[in-house]
Amino acid sequence: MSTTTLSVPRRLGRAKGGEDSPKAMAFMAALWFCLFVAVLFLVVLIAVTVIEGLPRWDGALLGNYPGPDPLEAGARPAILGSMWVIATTATMAIPLGVAAAIHLEEFADPTNRFNRFVELNVQNLAAVPAIVYGLLTLSAVALLGLTNKNMVIVGAMSLALLILPVIIISTREALRAVPIEIRHGSLALGASPLQTVIRQTLPAAVPGIATGSILALSRALGEAAPLLLLGGLVFLRFDPNGLLSGYTTLPIQIFNWSSRPQAGFHTLAAAASMVLLALLMAMNSLAIYIRNRFQQRW
Amino acid sequence: MTRTYTSRARELVDTPSPVISCTDVNIYYGKFRAVSDVTLEFGDREITALIGPSGCGKSTVLRSLNRMNDLIPGARVEGVIDYHGQNIYDRGVDAIEVRRRIGMVFQKPNPFPKSIFDNIAYGPRVSGMQVDNMEELVEKSLRDAALWDEVKDKLKQSAFGLSGGQQQRLCIARTIAVQPEVILMDEPCSALDPIATMKIEDLMQQLREQYAIIIVTHNMQQAARVADRTAFFTAMASEETGDRTGQLVEYDTTEVIFERPADQRTEDYISGRFG
Ligand SMILES: Nc1ncnc2c1ncn2[C@@H]1O[C@H](COP(=O)(O)OP(=O)(O)OP(=O)(O)O)[C@@H](O)[C@H]1O
Ligand SMILES: [Mg+2]
Repeated sequence: MSTTTLSVPRRLGRAKGGEDSPKAMAFMAALWFCLFVAVLFLVVLIAVTVIEGLPRWDGALLGNYPGPDPLEAGARPAILGSMWVIATTATMAIPLGVAAAIHLEEFADPTNRFNRFVELNVQNLAAVPAIVYGLLTLSAVALLGLTNKNMVIVGAMSLALLILPVIIISTREALRAVPIEIRHGSLALGASPLQTVIRQTLPAAVPGIATGSILALSRALGEAAPLLLLGGLVFLRFDPNGLLSGYTTLPIQIFNWSSRPQAGFHTLAAAASMVLLALLMAMNSLAIYIRNRFQQRW
Repeated sequence: MTRTYTSRARELVDTPSPVISCTDVNIYYGKFRAVSDVTLEFGDREITALIGPSGCGKSTVLRSLNRMNDLIPGARVEGVIDYHGQNIYDRGVDAIEVRRRIGMVFQKPNPFPKSIFDNIAYGPRVSGMQVDNMEELVEKSLRDAALWDEVKDKLKQSAFGLSGGQQQRLCIARTIAVQPEVILMDEPCSALDPIATMKIEDLMQQLREQYAIIIVTHNMQQAARVADRTAFFTAMASEETGDRTGQLVEYDTTEVIFERPADQRTEDYISGRFG
């Protein structure tokens, strides 16, 4: 009817306080500025490293052993050492962390005081500085009476302790993301709680667990402090070849080279940083790929 | 208006031959008594509908019948729920065993994130059933759930690709694959459109030949269409605590409940006068 008066205008227009009001625009601008500053720092950092390291970005860096000549020296044992240590760390921390998370999330009674205490402490442990885990491992090693601390397994142990809380927390989150209806559906068919975890909940959570674990491992990969404490700062002329083998890692090698007075070693340190960055980026890309490709959308 | 109950294939005897009988069942969540003093018998190879206003404890009663309540912290059942002469809450009775005999279909279709085939095969596999030919069992279960023709060419595909109605029938197929005796359904059609609902109702009529079905529904017409017997529950404030506790008001054949209920509250609820 044409005589009807509308209290709302027919045409849709600007809303007060809407998406393009001045306040909202200013807020957006502030957000963009923050993002810009953060990204700028990252880009400058990477650019400086790349520019400095490029002259030594060569095959010798990957293939040679460290030596007195900065033009010839390479990071071969450090790269292999990092791989050994990280693989060992993963083998120790992931099964333990996942099992702990399954217990806390699926079986433990959340009202039980002891369980609440454990839970709270897992949260706290995730915030403990890395060096503390180095000290902890150091005292464990001393208690065992080992004189030679420079072993892959000892370094890996400190890093495993470091990332264990992170793995527990991210695994619990992944388990929590699996809808309760899936568990109920399984239990209503006469599956036991353990069967339900093994056949439904855990497989559904694997992408989340993998993503969390890879990110935790990439933190461990970049960590130097606990390993320095555990005698990781050594001059190696051989490839690490076992759990009891001596080792050094990339962050330690970089630390070592950058504390030398000669400029040639600083170039070398920058080049080794590029290797470390490349490894980290590869791991993080893998994590993102797994998340996008396999994560179940419920 | 006269309702017809022609869908019913056989004459009902006055008292059902019970497959599950509840005696003085009280169900608590912590200190809160959600359901009080329920005594009723669920007939074998019959469809029993549980109706009543929201919060009167229909789901609570239903979940207590196959010990799904055990999963809720603080939930507790008092009284006797007898299944083949055994109280399912007796010490020696394993909840897992109970759930294998008394299956459950949920309100929201909840297929597993697996293939259609694996969804069906899951129950028999975990329960260690001796299955000579899993393909055959899967096909039979899907046929019995009236889903076979729609999915026979995509058994290896994810169950998530099915429509809501198909997913719900898959959940029914999954339940009958473990060959239970009783199937509990908690508002199985509330997330479905009328056509999918009709399919499930038809399916229930067929399944009734082999299973006892107990269904919670908010849909009066649905109860009238499918159920042999209907139990009407309501929530009453208890004198002692003031809690709103669910009670069984009336239990009879569906025809009696809908045509000539004995209790005024039933009458009011059925005719939509419930406040
Ligand atoms: N997990 C739970 N913990 C505590 N109280 C609960 C829980 N589930 C249900 N209740 C309470 O028990 C009573 C009965 O709930 P129930 O879900 O059985 O009702 P219902 O008849 O199924 O309702 P609806 O028709 O809305 O599904 C309600 O007062 C409810 O608040
Ligand atoms: Mg309910």
